[in-house]
Amino acid sequence: MTVTASELLAVQGSRQLRDDTTVFAGVGVPLLAAALAQQRHAPKLTMVIEGGIIGPRIKPGRLPISTNEMRAAYRAQMLPGITDTFLFAQRGFLDYGFMGGAQIDQHGNVNTSVLGPDYWKPKVRLPGTGGANDIASLCKEVIILTAHEKRRFVARVDFVTSPAWLDGGDSRRRAGLPFGGVSRVVTTLGVFGFDPETRRMRLDALHPGVTREQVREQTGFPLLEAPEISVTEPPTADELAMLRALDPERRFLG
Amino acid sequence: MGDPALRPAEWDFVAARRRLEAKPKSAGEKLTSIDDAAARVTEGDRVAVGGCLFSRTPLALVREILRARRRGLTLVRNLMCTEGELMMAAGAVERVMTAWMSIGLPWGVSKVMRHYVESGAVALEEWSHLALGLRFRAAAMGVPFLPALTMLGSDLVAVGGMKTVADPYSGETLAAVPALFPDVALLHVHRADRFGNSQIDGYPHMDADIARAAATVLVTTEELVTDDETRRHPDRTVIPGFLVDALVHVPFGSFPHECYGLYHADFDHFAEYTASIDARGPEAAVGEYLARYVYGPPTWDDYLELFGGERLARQRAAARELTA
Repeated sequence: MTVTASELLAVQGSRQLRDDTTVFAGVGVPLLAAALAQQRHAPKLTMVIEGGIIGPRIKPGRLPISTNEMRAAYRAQMLPGITDTFLFAQRGFLDYGFMGGAQIDQHGNVNTSVLGPDYWKPKVRLPGTGGANDIASLCKEVIILTAHEKRRFVARVDFVTSPAWLDGGDSRRRAGLPFGGVSRVVTTLGVFGFDPETRRMRLDALHPGVTREQVREQTGFPLLEAPEISVTEPPTADELAMLRALDPERRFLG
Repeated sequence: MGDPALRPAEWDFVAARRRLEAKPKSAGEKLTSIDDAAARVTEGDRVAVGGCLFSRTPLALVREILRARRRGLTLVRNLMCTEGELMMAAGAVERVMTAWMSIGLPWGVSKVMRHYVESGAVALEEWSHLALGLRFRAAAMGVPFLPALTMLGSDLVAVGGMKTVADPYSGETLAAVPALFPDVALLHVHRADRFGNSQIDGYPHMDADIARAAATVLVTTEELVTDDETRRHPDRTVIPGFLVDALVHVPFGSFPHECYGLYHADFDHFAEYTASIDARGPEAAVGEYLARYVYGPPTWDDYLELFGGERLARQRAAARELTA
């Protein structure tokens, strides 16, 4: 069976997570990535879910579709309430946050609110931030998992729902966000970081078989390139088997 | 409380406190009928809804407010689901304040929200999830704002008009998340005694803060317990009776949304609902839905009969399995 885009993102996302850490995971691919990491190489990883859930067990075949439903809370260790859950992140207890988005720009800012120039007269009204803005503001490190498409990768998002490096440089710090920021953008084409000075997006690694030209074609702004661009290890049979066992009905794996 | 002069600004903690001081805080009987409870919501009220998304939504109260044909409401809920869609389609709300609105990933972006917000019929004021939680908490604490590290630098700041404040100790810039004092809170809980002392199982969401923030608190409960039961487990009480203005006993009062440990959300129903919206468009489809589920059946029991006992039993079994 070939590897789907969601499987690739879940596997590559899971590899970003180290053991003895905590992760704020949304439903879908992020939760699968966290669950896979926990099973494979990070058994001492704690998952935190926005609906007010700490340390749940993911029941294979019963993946939650919302961050606050019984499946997300299955065999959890604590249900602290939503505000207090985010306050764990504000205090600094959350190492990682996973995010996706309709638009992402060259400084990693994400839009999940509106398409079009006027917030109050949107061309397309999207669901909104949910906890994404809080995750982007408060976690130690944010990892974006997304399909790599030109319409998503824009020079400037129509609306900054979730702040990454804002206008680049030290603008995040100046806005009052002394911590965190997007460290990695994991896409269906490769893995990206940010230049430490300009905070512009930089190509760090390509997935096997993907070319730089393909990445440029699907990106609506000029990308920086790391001095040495590596090639990622493809998902192993072991990783795929674990992942597929978590979602046998393929509700999120595509 | 329908007089706008009596409805202070969202963050006016002095007015909100005076309003509370003027209100009876009785330890007496709160049990009443659903229509009597809903009648306490008046034209133009700022209404906060407890639960979250399709979890512990006070749908019986929402339904009764729609049956009473209230208009001009501002609906506040951290994550909004079908209750917001019904309110929009019924013409009951002119503004919603939320962090996110749709049913959930499998059903895509809400077409109902898109229709009413993109056309300008309803304003959607977006706050981050934590910011909304802190807005309720600031109000629950009786203060005008709480300092926080969220929402800064984003375009959400301008949408809700949030201001920043300089930390008087370090000089750092902080978000000054404004309090939000609702006129009315609608809450659904697992059990309460007739004096309104309320207990919640599973995730607490923001209900306890919302109850403290609002001027008027309306509660529906799955189970009505004795005074003795409350006193046997007082550590489980999250809303004391003196906060509560009206209590109604409504088993399955969130259905087809879930109630932790008691019944699972009915995803088949969501699928039928969204398929109908896909086929006929938001106005026609939700209009028909309102006629069938809201304006038609006179009582909540009649409403539940449309789903049937078998379906309710199935959803109850699914919930028990997940929390066993």
